[in-house]
Amino acid sequence: MDARLSQMIKDAALTALVAAALGVFIVGFRTIDVGKGGPTFDYQFVDLAVAVVTIFFGRLGLQLASVGLKWPAFALGTILGAIGAAPIELPSTFLHWFVLLAGILIILRTIWPWANEAMASARHSPRGVIYGAHAAKWFGAGLLVAAVALPFAPFADQKMMDLAVLILTYVMLGWGLNIVVGLAGLLDLGYVAFYAVGAYSYALLSTQHGLGFWSVLPLSGMMAAAFGLLLGFPVLRLRGDYLAIVTLGFGEIIRLVLLNWVDLSNGPAGIGSIPGPTLFGAVFAETAPAGKTTFAEMAGIPFSGSQRLIYLYYIILLLALVTNLFTHRIRRLPVGRAWEALREDETACKALGINPTNTKLTAFAVGAMFAGFAGSFFAAKQRFISPESFTFIESAIILAIVVMGGMGSQIGVVLAAVLLIGLPEWFRDLGAYRMVVFGLAMVLIMVFRPRGLIAHREPSVRLHPVRAGP
Amino acid sequence: MAYFSQQLINAITLGAIYGLIAIGYTMVYGIIGMINFAHGEVFMIGAFISLIGFMICAALGISSAPVAIVLVLLVAMAFTAVYGWTIERTAYRPLRGSFRLAPLISAIGVSILLQNYVQLAQGARPKGGGHIVEGGYTLFSADGFDVRVSWLQIVIWVVTVALMAGFSWLIAATPLGRQQRACEQDMTMAGLLGVNVDRTISLTFVMGAALAAVAGMMFLMYYGVVDFFIGFLAGIKAFTAAVLGGIGSLPGAMLGGLLIGLIEVFWAGYFSSEYKDVAVFVILVLVLIFRPSGLLGKPEIEKV
Repeated sequence: MDARLSQMIKDAALTALVAAALGVFIVGFRTIDVGKGGPTFDYQFVDLAVAVVTIFFGRLGLQLASVGLKWPAFALGTILGAIGAAPIELPSTFLHWFVLLAGILIILRTIWPWANEAMASARHSPRGVIYGAHAAKWFGAGLLVAAVALPFAPFADQKMMDLAVLILTYVMLGWGLNIVVGLAGLLDLGYVAFYAVGAYSYALLSTQHGLGFWSVLPLSGMMAAAFGLLLGFPVLRLRGDYLAIVTLGFGEIIRLVLLNWVDLSNGPAGIGSIPGPTLFGAVFAETAPAGKTTFAEMAGIPFSGSQRLIYLYYIILLLALVTNLFTHRIRRLPVGRAWEALREDETACKALGINPTNTKLTAFAVGAMFAGFAGSFFAAKQRFISPESFTFIESAIILAIVVMGGMGSQIGVVLAAVLLIGLPEWFRDLGAYRMVVFGLAMVLIMVFRPRGLIAHREPSVRLHPVRAGP
Repeated sequence: MAYFSQQLINAITLGAIYGLIAIGYTMVYGIIGMINFAHGEVFMIGAFISLIGFMICAALGISSAPVAIVLVLLVAMAFTAVYGWTIERTAYRPLRGSFRLAPLISAIGVSILLQNYVQLAQGARPKGGGHIVEGGYTLFSADGFDVRVSWLQIVIWVVTVALMAGFSWLIAATPLGRQQRACEQDMTMAGLLGVNVDRTISLTFVMGAALAAVAGMMFLMYYGVVDFFIGFLAGIKAFTAAVLGGIGSLPGAMLGGLLIGLIEVFWAGYFSSEYKDVAVFVILVLVLIFRPSGLLGKPEIEKV
């Protein structure tokens, strides 16, 4: 017992030492710009010390929990959580959160084996299997009903609807990327390039040739798919990780071209005053331009600013659902099955006569097409686009949503989009930490749940019908 | 001619920095076959630690440039190496044996995490510093144009050549290097023969991070400014260098670094500086398509 405890303390001390070494320069000294004389710095050693001590006790608590010493670990977690939540003087709000989260983490780790076991046994009981299947079916349907009804809910104000449109855009992008990453197993780090192609297609065609949203929508999808074919054709023979880097390169090339080809894209200044989508030719504005009617006049209701937002919401909901339905159906088609087979074992597929390059190319182009749709919606919603919106980080966010949701899981993407996009937008204070959380989440998911939050995935074909219970 | 010579001198300097980063990519790829996407960020951390190190030196009143450089070099190498070790230990080691893309996704996560961690801790604005070595030597003048080699460029060349020689020796002639080469060929067999595989891989990351720290310090002294985002582009370019030279090959990484430096500087000097990054990306794509084994690498055979 004693030997074990001293071992644990040693381990925790070592962890704290490493943490101190990591933080001493980057956190301990903060550079400050003071104008001409170059930066100077101030010291944040108290912050560092608090963080390091927290890490020491956090590690100790996790160790205690992992060897099954429930009560000491629980007590330690509670103390840390209480210190974090207490109104005592810590150097920064961040540290309050840090200590609090460490406490919560230990408590979770302590009850994890018990909760996990309970959940697993419930899931595998005959009744649990049936409930699980029903729940999955009804959860999706319930979510859909909620999504359709949302604009009429009493709490749906402007902020809420803006956020909902944003989340749905990412859901659609996530579903589109899911075709490439989740089904075909191709890691595409330049997905945002196709999004950009779609956005610029609509922006240019509408501002320079006067085409409307609905006529450009298919065109921009085709345009993005064409780019997908063009870029995919030479590179899809490459191995997985090389492919990822090459797609990243393509994404950056497209962004840099948009940035520098000023004649085409107006460069960093971007394209403004892009017309919004119309409904049977009716525009969503207080006064219609010459020769057009407004939606309010057409419907015979008074004008309100929220009509446009609600319309946009339904467009993106429709587009996202089309993406989902498409994915759902194509998984049952030969090409969809070939994608999934290719993800599992490329060599075996070749032996069975599947042409890997062509199969991958279809996945790539289809994924790109949906990004193109989403892009043209984005341009119509924002009414202004510039290359700023299409950086690598955007690709990484979409990838994080897909990875976190569980690659190939449709409902998981929705959950991940709500978690990763909705929460930080709702709690504005978290904004600065959002990307840190993204990065951390990607690592943790890969380490602990490489199949994503929703690990379960229904196979598209079964040899034998499913039975209840083991 | 004078313009050309000046560009050549600048290109070699830039190439040396890329080469040092590229070694980290190539060693890690050689030994565990993964693209350490976060390596660019490790380089950025090295540059930041150097910046803060120089500022501390100034605050402590160390005014002699050579002393400050050596001190900061050692400190930056040591503390950046801790980052390399920690990243491998926490984000990559648990994923050995997971599906193929898992380490790459995890590496992207680490990269985003480190970038934003530094942004939060140090602020988003570019930081100036590291102006330690001033002056230079005029080689010759022609067409009213002085061709100059700054002392700093000479320092960068000397340090790079010394480190390259040192690491080549380390890989070729020490027990550690032998273990690394053994792990590169067959990890399981090396483990059976008593090589501590985990330790060897850790040390590979430590070495790569230390070299990236040196590159970061050179970058800081050469450009005089760093920000939290420098790791992304520099990382991609160094990765391109590693691929161009033949990933897995140490001399290849150095050669690739030099070539990328040459291409970038001459492209910017003679064509357009807006598209110099596009040029590098295009080279990356072309090399991967037409000669994935690079200039000095061995072709990879996929076994079932």
